[in-house]
Amino acid sequence: MRGGRRTAHGTALFVAPVLAAVAFAGAASAQAPALPGQALAFDRSKGNCLTCHDIKGGDAPGNVGPPLADMKSRFPDRKELTAIVFDETKRNPQTVMPPFGRNLILTDGEIEAIVDFLYTR
Amino acid sequence: MRISRAIAIAVAALVVAGAGPAAAAAAAAAADSIDPDADFKAFRDYYTKRFPDVPLNDFVNGPYSMDAELRKQWEAIDDFPPYDFAIDRGKQMFATPFKNGKTYGDCFPEKGIGIRQNYPYFDDKSGEVITLELALNRCREANGEAPYSYVKDEMASLTAYMAFTSRGKPFDIKIPNDPRALEAYQKGAEYFYARRGQLNFSCASCHVQNPGNHIRTEVLAPALGIVAAMPIYRSEWNGMGTMSRRLVTCNSQVRGVPLEPQDELYRDVEYYLTYMSNGLPVSGPGARP
Repeated sequence: MRGGRRTAHGTALFVAPVLAAVAFAGAASAQAPALPGQALAFDRSKGNCLTCHDIKGGDAPGNVGPPLADMKSRFPDRKELTAIVFDETKRNPQTVMPPFGRNLILTDGEIEAIVDFLYTR
Repeated sequence: MRISRAIAIAVAALVVAGAGPAAAAAAAAAADSIDPDADFKAFRDYYTKRFPDVPLNDFVNGPYSMDAELRKQWEAIDDFPPYDFAIDRGKQMFATPFKNGKTYGDCFPEKGIGIRQNYPYFDDKSGEVITLELALNRCREANGEAPYSYVKDEMASLTAYMAFTSRGKPFDIKIPNDPRALEAYQKGAEYFYARRGQLNFSCASCHVQNPGNHIRTEVLAPALGIVAAMPIYRSEWNGMGTMSRRLVTCNSQVRGVPLEPQDELYRDVEYYLTYMSNGLPVSGPGARP
């Protein structure tokens, strides 16, 4: 069963650079550089957001939490989104979301960078 | 602690079933005393209501009971299961006498064949929970042999063979009306529902609140029946692992500090979890991604 999953993953890895190259050639000037928060959000040892959330641009997302899309309209108050990443258990004691700020998984600066990135989604 | 467990189940049930506050009140009332029967019923109801299309006995197949695509992949490899070598090796070990001429079979009821469903049990002489893994190493030591590592290799082979000879037999864990047994059960339950580690997860965060959901591509297994497939071949481990290995790695994955394998608390957790799976068939050894 592992073999099947590995194949699917391998295909994604193979196709992604090709698509990226095409996009680059076609519209290089329209391509905004990736925000530093994206790397932090996708890094397994940092935000690791994809484990539970679907985020545009990320591979093989989980579905424990809601997709992270339309963030500007869903969280017009930046403080609210920052607080969720810092410690969602304050708002919802039953959440399984790790308290990234309270448990020092991410620094305040890293949380701000991730929030910057999330507002592009 | 006791109350937090009741609330964890109740809230998960409320979220899923859309039940009223009466369910939460009932769960909170159940928390006032140690009542394994009531816990068992609430636990069973929670899973069967959340997954009405999953046949009860299929919960022992873990993530495959939750995900059709994953199940297809599993069925495709099950003609040549990766745990086969462990069964063969365990069988051979069972047939090979210790230096003193005794065998593993001499340490167990029914010569150790077809008894997996009765473990762990509460031993009223020593006042502690005895798991199959612990009984195997105590057997070795009683016969002058050095104990094995609890997490893989020989221990996984022995338990694989013992599970294999017990396949299909319903779990039959007893909690005697002995305060020490009830305390062990309760401590196991509390450990299972307590959050820990930098990531702040309990065992239940994944296996009660989120069975069937994906973390990345992985499908989370339901806690109901989760012990039935042990030991397991995990592709992620590139080999076999025991119940001990599963508990230790769970703790590490949430960036917590694992206990020693077969620590009394881990045995209590296994006691609680296996009691919750009473009536479900032994399915081990198993294969998991």
